[in-house]
Amino acid sequence: MAELNKQEIKPAKIRLKEIAEKATQDAWEAKKRGEKIGWCASNFPQEIPTTLGIHVVYPENHGAAIGAKGGGQRMCEHAEGLGYSSDICSYARINFAYADLKECPELNIPQPDFLLCCNNICNCLIKWYENLAFQLDIPLILIDIPRLDAFECDQDRIKYIRAQFDDCIRRLEEITGKKWDEERFKEVMAISQRSSKAWLKAVDYMKYVPSPFSGFDIFNNMAVACVARGTLEGAEAFEQLAREYEENVKNGTSTFKVKEEYRVLFEGIACWAHLSYTFKTLKNFGINVTSTIYGPAFSFLYQNLDELMAAYSYVPNCNIFEREVELRVKDAIKNKVDGAIIHMNRSCKKWSGNLYELERQLREQAGIPTVMFDGDQSDPRAFSEAQYLTRVQGLVEIMAANKRQKEEQNRE
Amino acid sequence: MGMDIGSTASKCVIMKNGREIAAQSVVPLGTGTSGPERSLEGVLKESGLSQEDIALTAATGYGRNSIPQAKLSFSELSCHAKGACWLFPAVRTVIDIGGQDVKALTILNGRLDQFVMNDKCAAGTGRFLEVMAHVLDKELSEMPELDARSKNRVDISSTCTVFAESEVISQLAQGVDICDLVAGIHRSVARRAASLVKRLGIIEPLFLTGGVAQNSGVVRALEKELGLTVRTDPRAQLAGAIGAALLAWEQIREEE
Repeated sequence: MAELNKQEIKPAKIRLKEIAEKATQDAWEAKKRGEKIGWCASNFPQEIPTTLGIHVVYPENHGAAIGAKGGGQRMCEHAEGLGYSSDICSYARINFAYADLKECPELNIPQPDFLLCCNNICNCLIKWYENLAFQLDIPLILIDIPRLDAFECDQDRIKYIRAQFDDCIRRLEEITGKKWDEERFKEVMAISQRSSKAWLKAVDYMKYVPSPFSGFDIFNNMAVACVARGTLEGAEAFEQLAREYEENVKNGTSTFKVKEEYRVLFEGIACWAHLSYTFKTLKNFGINVTSTIYGPAFSFLYQNLDELMAAYSYVPNCNIFEREVELRVKDAIKNKVDGAIIHMNRSCKKWSGNLYELERQLREQAGIPTVMFDGDQSDPRAFSEAQYLTRVQGLVEIMAANKRQKEEQNRE
Repeated sequence: MGMDIGSTASKCVIMKNGREIAAQSVVPLGTGTSGPERSLEGVLKESGLSQEDIALTAATGYGRNSIPQAKLSFSELSCHAKGACWLFPAVRTVIDIGGQDVKALTILNGRLDQFVMNDKCAAGTGRFLEVMAHVLDKELSEMPELDARSKNRVDISSTCTVFAESEVISQLAQGVDICDLVAGIHRSVARRAASLVKRLGIIEPLFLTGGVAQNSGVVRALEKELGLTVRTDPRAQLAGAIGAALLAWEQIREEE
């Protein structure tokens, strides 16, 4: 306990940042030791590489980091020069550029010996990883998780995913020479559950008014939910994060440093290249993000192996549309939002394709005003500050009028 | 006073007691030019007032945050909603075609309820019409008359302003009648606005604001696309500025 308290002197957000950085560092060291390392899709069942003790890095996180550090346009343009269309996902373009250049000033990751792809978040990933496999001449392991066509994942799908899960283990054993250990697998599953529950517990504090934290913190903290969900350090840091938020609720404090005038649902991936502008604009109006799909998106809850397979089908972009709507509407109502800001992300065709209808249903079912803006996750060229400001200000004016009306009704 | 400093024009109105327009001014130059200053001078000159006589100034439009005289700033969404309600109190849906954006607004109990705006690019906006008029070597004011003379409208299929420009040039080179081209250009603008307002959900009556409302060719094309009557007003270009002035007036009343 004394040891735990000593660690807790560091705020959770610092611990989480260090864990994410250490994951990349560990991969570098493994590479130097001559171990085979992989590039891995963000929603690939991490239980497999973690159990095998294989180090992987995540191109999507790398693309976000490069975008946030200002290298997105340069890397996207490099990929376009290689012949990739500007219509392709900017994470993919940045990654193609990195695979070609092998280094960049923003953040370096080791080159892969194999690729782990899972298409539960989008099918673009398949072509992306196939290109990498061809370009780098390395093996690609794909776990194909088709989009759900029903509310629940049925036994046929579970069997289909399970067979690929087993095949992936066999192939990774061949590639890396490491051996699968059932006991270690059980341990990794238990830790992953602990992490997921702690992450969910932490983000659930957004339901308090005011929220004990700034919703944009999620965009920073979620990296660990992706890269180190199966590690003890990750689980402990999330548990600390939840305790810190609980403490904030008790003390009436928050990491959102201005008065929380409005609470909104933020839909979509952050505009990493314009993170500061998009956040400060909201902050200047007193808008805090208190609902985002990233809470539930990076938690995978299961009790047994079958449920583990199903959990990877319940990734937001893999769900049937009605389930996608339900997730958001429930979260918006629980977290008492006054409106929604929707990012029409040029990169993500999968996510943006149904946004008009999602917006309409959110408006109707949650009874909130909504606004949509154009942007991109890591390509800065698809975003306009003036356009964003006007739309946000328009939303604020509606939310303010709604608030006044509610107050008047309460007085009556 | 209400100032609507857009991307292509600056509009100012002075309102008396929140009820009548005392003076108005439109300068076809937008933010970042001499337009805002000239529009301000124009409206003061017309009214015979000085800045000190103005109780409160509110600004809207893309240049709303760069007007030193304006103590308040509002989005053009709220201002167009407010201005449209003042010009046409029964309005439930407003379509505003401005210099670089198109918006559709629904009005509930006299105030903005929900809105959608053009995404991806500025096709179908006032700027699109300006570019096309330039290609045709015509003034914007000549466009409605040319449209009215069209016998065989041409389809302009490109959404992108630059591609549409090439399309128009190529049609001109083929000897297509300029009136038919103008009608095609107006239809292209109307189709973009129509799909936007359909996405929002149309509640009648509809009212068109913004500089493009002066173009009867676009109004007719829009009516045809929607199959509905689209109302407008000769002062529709001032809707944003009127709305800003009314919001300033409300602020004064609240403070009293």
